Amino acid sequence: MRIPLSWLREFAQVPAGATAEDVMAELVKVGLEEEAVHRPTDTLQGPIVVGQVLSIVKEPQTNGKTINWCQVRVVPEGRQQTLTGEGIDPSGVQGIICGAHNFVEGDKVVVTLPGAVLPGDFHISARKTYGHLSAGMIASVRELGIGEDHDGILVLSRVGLDPEIGTDAMELLGLYDQAAEINVTPDRSYCFSIRGVAREYAHATGTVFTDPVSKVRVPEALSGGYGVKLNDDAPIYGKPGCDRFVARTVRGVDATRPTPPWMTSRLRLAGIRSISLPVDISNYVMLELGQPNHCYDLDKLAGDIVVRRATAGEKITTLDDKERTLDVEDLLITDESGPIGIAGVMGGAHTEVSDATTNVLVEAAHFDEVSIARARRRHKLPSEASKRFERGVDWQVADVAAQRVVDLLVELAGGTADEAGTDVGTAPDAVTIELPAEYAAARIGIDFTEEQILTSLEDLGAVVGATGNGYTVTAPSWRHDLETKDDLTEEIARLVGYDKIPATLPVAPPGRGLSRVQQQRRRMIQALADAGLTEVLAYPFVSKAANDTFGVPAEGAERKALKLANPISEEHGFLRTSILPGLIEVAKRNHSRGFRDLALFEAGLVFLPGDQLGTAAIPPLGVKPSDEVLDGLYDGVPDQPLHLAAVLTGHDSPAAPAHTPRAWDWADAVDIARIAGDVLGVELLVAQGRHQAFHPGRAAQLELRTGEVVGYAGELHPKLLAAYDMPARSVALELNADALFEAAADVIVARHISTYPVATQDVALVVPQDVPAEEVLTALREGAGELLEDVALFDVYSGKGIAEGKKSLAFSLRFRANDRTLTADEASAAREGAVAAAHERFGAMQR
Amino acid sequence: MTETLPGAAVPNPLDEAAITAAVDQAVAAIAAAATLDELKAVRLAHTGEKSALSLANREIGALPKDQKAAAGKLMGASRGRVNKALADRTVELEAENDARILVEETVDVTAAPRRRRAGARHPLSTLQDRVADIFVGMGWEIAEGPEVESEWFNFDALNFKPDHPARDMQDTFFVEPPEAHLLMRTHTSPVQVRSMLERELPIYVLCPGKVFRTDELDATHTPVFHQFEGLAIDKKLSMADLRGTLEHFARQMFGAEAQIRLRPNYFPFTEPSAELDIWHPGAKGGPSWIEWGGCGMVNANVLRAAGIDPDVYSGFAFGMGIERTLMFRNEVGDMRDMIEGDVRFSEHFGMEI
Repeated sequence: MRIPLSWLREFAQVPAGATAEDVMAELVKVGLEEEAVHRPTDTLQGPIVVGQVLSIVKEPQTNGKTINWCQVRVVPEGRQQTLTGEGIDPSGVQGIICGAHNFVEGDKVVVTLPGAVLPGDFHISARKTYGHLSAGMIASVRELGIGEDHDGILVLSRVGLDPEIGTDAMELLGLYDQAAEINVTPDRSYCFSIRGVAREYAHATGTVFTDPVSKVRVPEALSGGYGVKLNDDAPIYGKPGCDRFVARTVRGVDATRPTPPWMTSRLRLAGIRSISLPVDISNYVMLELGQPNHCYDLDKLAGDIVVRRATAGEKITTLDDKERTLDVEDLLITDESGPIGIAGVMGGAHTEVSDATTNVLVEAAHFDEVSIARARRRHKLPSEASKRFERGVDWQVADVAAQRVVDLLVELAGGTADEAGTDVGTAPDAVTIELPAEYAAARIGIDFTEEQILTSLEDLGAVVGATGNGYTVTAPSWRHDLETKDDLTEEIARLVGYDKIPATLPVAPPGRGLSRVQQQRRRMIQALADAGLTEVLAYPFVSKAANDTFGVPAEGAERKALKLANPISEEHGFLRTSILPGLIEVAKRNHSRGFRDLALFEAGLVFLPGDQLGTAAIPPLGVKPSDEVLDGLYDGVPDQPLHLAAVLTGHDSPAAPAHTPRAWDWADAVDIARIAGDVLGVELLVAQGRHQAFHPGRAAQLELRTGEVVGYAGELHPKLLAAYDMPARSVALELNADALFEAAADVIVARHISTYPVATQDVALVVPQDVPAEEVLTALREGAGELLEDVALFDVYSGKGIAEGKKSLAFSLRFRANDRTLTADEASAAREGAVAAAHERFGAMQR
Repeated sequence: MTETLPGAAVPNPLDEAAITAAVDQAVAAIAAAATLDELKAVRLAHTGEKSALSLANREIGALPKDQKAAAGKLMGASRGRVNKALADRTVELEAENDARILVEETVDVTAAPRRRRAGARHPLSTLQDRVADIFVGMGWEIAEGPEVESEWFNFDALNFKPDHPARDMQDTFFVEPPEAHLLMRTHTSPVQVRSMLERELPIYVLCPGKVFRTDELDATHTPVFHQFEGLAIDKKLSMADLRGTLEHFARQMFGAEAQIRLRPNYFPFTEPSAELDIWHPGAKGGPSWIEWGGCGMVNANVLRAAGIDPDVYSGFAFGMGIERTLMFRNEVGDMRDMIEGDVRFSEHFGMEI
């Protein structure tokens, strides 16, 4: 909401020198946040005066154009030019070249004299052009920054002005005024009016507020006016769509009269374009009182006005000349011809006031918030009217606003008001709130005095009565947000000042610290960073194709995924089922910025919808749902496990003297996955894996001891890398971190540490190429028995000396007993046992 | 290099002058040896089997008995002098040699390679941990929840009326189909609701996490960002307790001089509600109040939705953006730097903020 200061001054005591910034600094104290300053003089400087065109000499040019060489009087005849400076003619008559032709000798115009500055940092000076010294400019509204009209220069008589020559045109056009723009929260609809903001300004500064309503003289009662019927047969939430409709008629209006500059200036500062006098008056009153209203061409109305819901298939052409098909829930203003407006949202084109209009019907009605909000949303028609109605308008102000419109139509458009008028509807019950005496003090922590409580509530317009131990408060008609004792508490605290609230630190009961899972997650993330990877946080929005590739191992399978109804981009319209697509995007971005060696990781949620998706119904607010309903809500929320993923490309370190960088390869991916397991105390078993996103021969499937598959690691599929424009041989891993957390032991039981001597034996086994080393190792471990302390693969060899299709695996076995020194025979026997098991399972032969 | 002249006469072991001359010659040669190799040659020349002194020594056996003792004494002393000179020179040359090897092994340490890479945490992630630690230190617990939520937890339970403009202002991502009433949480407040439903009273929890709004990414907006929200439900909590908690937290984050300011505002889930500003002495364009987040006393309807009696319990809640906090705390000028994953951004922070 933009507040022109001149307007605010009509109803609140704003210091003479106050700027928009000063006003905002006051308003912020009562909760109206500062947004912006609108001040024409920031880009516009005088001297800019009223001049009269004395003579025009038309001078055709060689380029076919004709320019005007004008003599313009800028000081009344017989008076001295008081301005001095280069280009200011002491005679009071300026010679000016002008290319526009929409004025004649004798017209009064706006002259920007040398020394003036116009928007766009355009400095006016006397300059030679077309063979003359042109000392100034005859301005258009566009050049002054006060309108879009560039048909020609601004002729003052055409906007109803006949000022004295030499008058300060900036003063005349309201250009010294400025506006403070504030943000109005959805609960405080009354602040979408000068009236409401002036009241708040008075609250903030402790000065006197004059209610604009008090300046309007409204008849006691209206009767005999235009026929209006309120026929809502389908109220929403039991509330009638329209509970008050005031209609007034004004005849003999001249709709073509110009809107006076003081009004266009205020409208412009408030952000509203001048359209025509009746429309400008309607908007002006809406801004002043917060009551949206509408002017109909009375002669185009047919029969009684009926406010009702739409019927199926009904259509209307709105003011913006669009035909709209109506919904049966839409509340309409209709006459015998059909719909003439979508109530509170936008009027119809057919009954719009035009230049030809002479008789006007003024509507000021009160509509239900929900009806308007839904219609606005349905028709995507946010308007100044709907903005106010859906937040709530003062029921009491309708007749005042209608009167104000009538008064202005009479005053400015030359109309005559009919005595008769219409005012139908039923006032809603006033809300009365019980406020216990000590309640506000307990909630805020300030010992409010009774006077503070009473003054605050009465200042905001409430009627306060005393009860035995508290107050009965009737909220003012414009404060729809005041419904509970907490609402009143906020008002008291707000008007006394939030800065008066003291600080006390409550002590929480002893806590348990971070939960186990929270600690596990931190440790895992830190471990990957410590291992040299860089953490990133990618968006979870991905394409369907990315989900189908990364989210499911088997090629051609479709990954069930959540789709967004309103994504930022359709291309990324799904929620991720894998972290990898996002990581790859980040890797590519870094790559394109010149970083070739990358090791990126992210821990984040993935979204895995099951069979049940959400709930058909949503329980109401303010009540705890039954356990059954709650369970339904919980169950309807899709699984969202934490995944850990990494992408590595390029080398492990930069090239340097005495150092050869190593290219990241599939084994790094497996190794990093294992580190994540290690730091959680979870052993990850590696098996040859198949996942469509990975190289078919270089993918590890990572399993828990239970056999549960918890992820994949290895080289990404070469075709996929090519398709994603990623460097060849890039590697990746992805793990279900939640599964790891769950697999971690609650308590790790210590192992006995034997200090007897170690017996180490190496063995080289020849096995077929396709036998996984991990499985041979498992066989060795099982065959060696309990004397085996550790076994590790230390070499793989194939080639000379090994038969085609075979490979040699070299293992180192470490034996130790808990209770004695092993003899060489014992160690050898254990080794033979191990080898025998490998032989039995895989035909392994010792080399 | 000094050598025994071939064919030189063998000195008489009784000829003290000749022997002394041979010794002097040997000692001079030893002293002149510049390397261990040279010294080895000198040793062979002056103490080897064919050296003058060895040959002279051998002559002793042929001497008459009465002369043997004198010759033996002379030769012993002479050879002793030579051997000592040899030993001393050996030590000297070995020390010189050792020192030279160390000099030769000198490297340019300024050209040391970086063999291991230091990884980096994302500063948003680090900051989130830092904030959590402060509250855990105050006895609060950390509560978390899903990012795709039921509309009830995100809106209705938080007292957003179904058709109220406040819902529109949340710029919500909805999940298809609309009939399922699922959405991406627009704040971490649904975790507050879950906490109230699931935890024993009193409750003091911090809810950090990712939230989503349908804003296009630009210098100051992002559709995905992070928040931390606090919730305290206890008997007799007041807005003064809220201010005290926020003040304490602000001082932990920004130092003992940190100041906060509360301004009236509106949120459906709190009443009274306030905007929280923090004094930023180092702000660009001079010291100023910076909008940090929202807060207030938990709306009675929110307590009721969780089955908590508002006549017995009261509570306060607050919420701040982690991106925003990082922006003014660590002078991040552009939101996109935090979003795009450029490694330079995270690596500059390392593991710290």
